[in-house]
Amino acid sequence: MTNTLLILILLGLMALAYHLGVRRSQKLVGGPGGVRGLHSLPSYYGFFTALWCGLPALIMLLLWVSLQGSVIRDLIVSDLPEAVRNLPEARLGLVINDIQNLAQGNIVSGEVSPEMAQAAEHYKSLLRTSYAASFVVILSLAIAGLSLGWRLISPQFRARNRVESVLKWLLIGCSTIAIFTTLGIVLSVLFESIRFFGQIPITEFLFGLEWSPQMAIREDQVGSSGAFGVIPLFVGTLLIALIAMLVAVPIGLMSAIYLSEYAGSHFRAYAKPLLEILAGIPTVVYGFFAALTVAPFIRDNGELLGLDVSSESALAAGLVMGIMIIPFISSLSDDVINAVPQTMRDASLGIGATHSETVKKVILPAALPGIVGGILLAVSRAIGETMIVVMAAGLSANLTVNPLQSVTTVTVQIVTLLVGDQEFDSPKTLAAFALGLLLFLVTLILNVVALRVVRKYREAYE
Amino acid sequence: MLSVTPNTAGVVTLPKGLVGAGFAPVADESRAINGTVGDITAVDPRMTARNVNVYYGDKLAINDVSLDIGKNEVIAMIGPSGCGKSTFLRCLNRMNDTIDICRVEGEIKLDEQNIYDSSLDVVPLRAQVGMVFQKPNPFPKSIYDNVAYGPRIHGLTSSKSELDDIVEESLLKAGLWDEVKDRLAETGTGLSGGQQQRLCIARTIAVAPEVILMDEPCSALDPIATARVEELIDELREQFTIAIVTHSMQQAARVSQRTAYFHLGQLVEVGKTDDIFTNPRHGLTEDYITGRFG
Repeated sequence: MTNTLLILILLGLMALAYHLGVRRSQKLVGGPGGVRGLHSLPSYYGFFTALWCGLPALIMLLLWVSLQGSVIRDLIVSDLPEAVRNLPEARLGLVINDIQNLAQGNIVSGEVSPEMAQAAEHYKSLLRTSYAASFVVILSLAIAGLSLGWRLISPQFRARNRVESVLKWLLIGCSTIAIFTTLGIVLSVLFESIRFFGQIPITEFLFGLEWSPQMAIREDQVGSSGAFGVIPLFVGTLLIALIAMLVAVPIGLMSAIYLSEYAGSHFRAYAKPLLEILAGIPTVVYGFFAALTVAPFIRDNGELLGLDVSSESALAAGLVMGIMIIPFISSLSDDVINAVPQTMRDASLGIGATHSETVKKVILPAALPGIVGGILLAVSRAIGETMIVVMAAGLSANLTVNPLQSVTTVTVQIVTLLVGDQEFDSPKTLAAFALGLLLFLVTLILNVVALRVVRKYREAYE
Repeated sequence: MLSVTPNTAGVVTLPKGLVGAGFAPVADESRAINGTVGDITAVDPRMTARNVNVYYGDKLAINDVSLDIGKNEVIAMIGPSGCGKSTFLRCLNRMNDTIDICRVEGEIKLDEQNIYDSSLDVVPLRAQVGMVFQKPNPFPKSIYDNVAYGPRIHGLTSSKSELDDIVEESLLKAGLWDEVKDRLAETGTGLSGGQQQRLCIARTIAVAPEVILMDEPCSALDPIATARVEELIDELREQFTIAIVTHSMQQAARVSQRTAYFHLGQLVEVGKTDDIFTNPRHGLTEDYITGRFG
């Protein structure tokens, strides 16, 4: 709470600093009329003063908050009796935890010894001191920054350049956050995968034909072989993705052609948003639609035809996933087709080609690279899709290409491996990271190829 | 320049001069438009337009224009921006059909056949009346495929060698053969601007049209390429009937035999090119060709 108050006070100070900076810059050139005598607009001098006031103080606050915990902990530990201090790290952590709980009035495990009560009192007082000190240090830093910024203002001073360079660093910071997050995720997945490959050979993982990740916890446990062959999962993933693309590509592409070439502007204005609503349906809704409606429908009709259809089939999951992807393909293709210059259509029509000849022989060939790029992006989406297949495709890792059988996918297995309480050192859990890494690599390659294709298309007319 | 090409979204850009300008009578008596001055007929007419009105929605873009386009002659259409000359040209092969809000009234005949007759199919019409556009617009295909496009969709040839002949002949007529004969498989968009425009002309004449409409064919070209295309237009006159919209009065004077001057959607004056440029009869024509406006 106190930190919130501190931040509010800081913001107030910054507002004041802005005001003072503006006033001083105007005063230096003799009122608002003399703005032309200043290097920058008065507001830039205001922002400059406010930044001097706020930035160092905020950085100090950040440092304080992040270091306060460990410093106080060390002080507490150094005051504890010898016997407690020499406990192993994990036990010591529990004791510290108890002290903190005691200080905050929470429930404590076990008896409260006088030493602990004393330590808790000590902890509370340290915390109070820390807050008071942070208040004083940070506020004085803010005021010092304010006066320094205020003094620096002169008519020749280039406040705009300074403010803009601060803004530039802010932008750089924001863009690196996304990059470092991605990097962090990839690295953590990579290191866990390396641990996995320490226990299971990478060749067995990549080329094994059997997937059965149950590991024996006890020696005498039965039925827990622990086979980590990824081939059945990839065959299942590709089978479902293929079915999905067989549904989505023709329907999506043809609806895009209709919308961009034939539909009147009135129809298009309603149809396109409606089609894009499909993209807004949560995948879990598609999932139970697939599991409760489509899968039983396929099974019942398969039985009528004398086919052996399992109640969770690749076909059901693939069909529904295909419908989910339709707006993706139709929307991207529609954009690409619209990007074909009108002069191409004029040229073809002017020679006496019909509308459909123009579409087939001029517009589609010209738009093809872009359409292919869109399809590849859709494929990587289909491969990474989880919820529909979890609900509709089943869990058994059959190595089959029969769409009427139950299959499983990489994403489904990652979900099942990590659901519930798991130990994080067994190959079973680590396998999830290896699968994730593999999936990441596959979709990454697809996306890179797709982006290259799309970029090549962009150059075609320029 | 009057631009009525729909952009990609299908939205029509209306000519600026027409919107809101109206057709207010000009104060000066010699500047008033009371029908067309000069002889609208040609000796041997190929296309005849009579009392043509064109509307974009409610706006009248062409007001009661009658004009003949004679056989084996080049007729130039000139006039200030937004005067309707491009719109009129696009009526002649019904390219205006691609604009939803465009409506054409009156009668336009090609060899005694009314091209706006409901029984007439627009596809063979456009094969007979070809069009070359302002900006060179070759397809992103090979040079060969660009020229072969028309003959292929109309099924004009039965064998590869026949098609080869048509492609060679068209490129020869367009004066491009010597420059591209060794690289027919390369893409047409890789040629220079002037070569691209001549490729588009070759593509148009490959389907053996009777009339070729050219909508400012040189406005995107440099002077040397322009001179080359003008030369070509003069050569093509032997075999084709050509109607050309141009912004350049010098170009009109160089390539055409007859000239039609459009002003605010009306055909002000038409006559032999020499007469129009040396001895204009209407005040507006005189103002325009002497550079007083436009």
